[in-house]
Amino acid sequence: MNRIERQLKRALDAPPEESEAAALRLAERADREGLADVAYAKFDSPLGVGLVAATSRGLLRVVLPKEPPDRVLEQISTRLTPRVLELPARLDRERRELEEYFNGRRESFDLELDWRLTPSGFYRKVLRTAYSKVPFGDTASYGEVAAWAGSPRAYRAAGTALATNPIPIVVPCHRVLRASGELGLYGGGPEMKKWLLRLEGAID
Amino acid sequence: MTTSPQPPFQAFLDEHRQPVLAYLRAAVGHGDADDVFQETFIAALRAYDRMDGRHPRAWVMTIARRKAIDHYRARARRPQPRKELPEQPVPGPEAQAGDAEVWTAVSQLSDAQREAVALRFAADLSYREIGETLEISEPAARRRVSDALAALREQVDREDVA
Repeated sequence: MNRIERQLKRALDAPPEESEAAALRLAERADREGLADVAYAKFDSPLGVGLVAATSRGLLRVVLPKEPPDRVLEQISTRLTPRVLELPARLDRERRELEEYFNGRRESFDLELDWRLTPSGFYRKVLRTAYSKVPFGDTASYGEVAAWAGSPRAYRAAGTALATNPIPIVVPCHRVLRASGELGLYGGGPEMKKWLLRLEGAID
Repeated sequence: MTTSPQPPFQAFLDEHRQPVLAYLRAAVGHGDADDVFQETFIAALRAYDRMDGRHPRAWVMTIARRKAIDHYRARARRPQPRKELPEQPVPGPEAQAGDAEVWTAVSQLSDAQREAVALRFAADLSYREIGETLEISEPAARRRVSDALAALREQVDREDVA
């Protein structure tokens, strides 16, 4: 590239902070016009930074600190809608409730949930069961949750449903353990599962 | 809501916001660039699930160019031959020394040449993408940019001598 081309490139470039501010205004306007189908925001936790994403129906996804946020957003875009925008203001309540939970000041969440990332049927039933029947400080086994969801012998399928829970923490899959008492798998890593159960006083 | 292979709109916006704003500053001037930027990306968001994912940069620049023309037509009060882009792109307040001369030189190009220069150096499009955006062939796009550069060089040289 010669001198005049370099000069042109520099003179015609826009300040990055200006395009960033323009993009923020764009997201807010898209939200006002009802075009932001999915809004997401970062949240801070003692275990690192995660994401929360919501639709007009409610909380759609909690992305734990160990999960890859870009890939999760791509999945949402592919499976539900590509109109996904970062809009922290739309997630004030979700972020506040999570913060209270991590600070030990909240035992249950008062949020609408959007279940669409879990196929309807047994998987969704398992997650709804864990949500409504395993309170803070308590635990259950995969078999128990499978039975409550109507299929006592489907504990493996129940395990899969819980392992692919799109709304962890709020839908408390971390409270479901192996019958032996072993903790089992967790999307945020086994250390996080232990950490959450300790926070709730369910284990020592 | 439909199933689609598009990346999340936020990622699309973050990838293209800088060249779109740079292009619009050259096309409609610094003061109005943000308004047209908003129109461009709202239109892109509305049409996003129908985007042809192969050339997203060219796709969004086509929308930006159309919005710049709409904006310019809405501003034109007097009946006169419509130009594709305004005559005097204005450098922003943060412009560096020497930038003003470049802006002046660019503003004196023909409409077609100025637009080709904006698409190449502000929007950062390839010649093929410029061709797609302007609906001309790739060699024609290349020729238009190189003619514009020759005109600019001549003008800058003249200023250096003066």
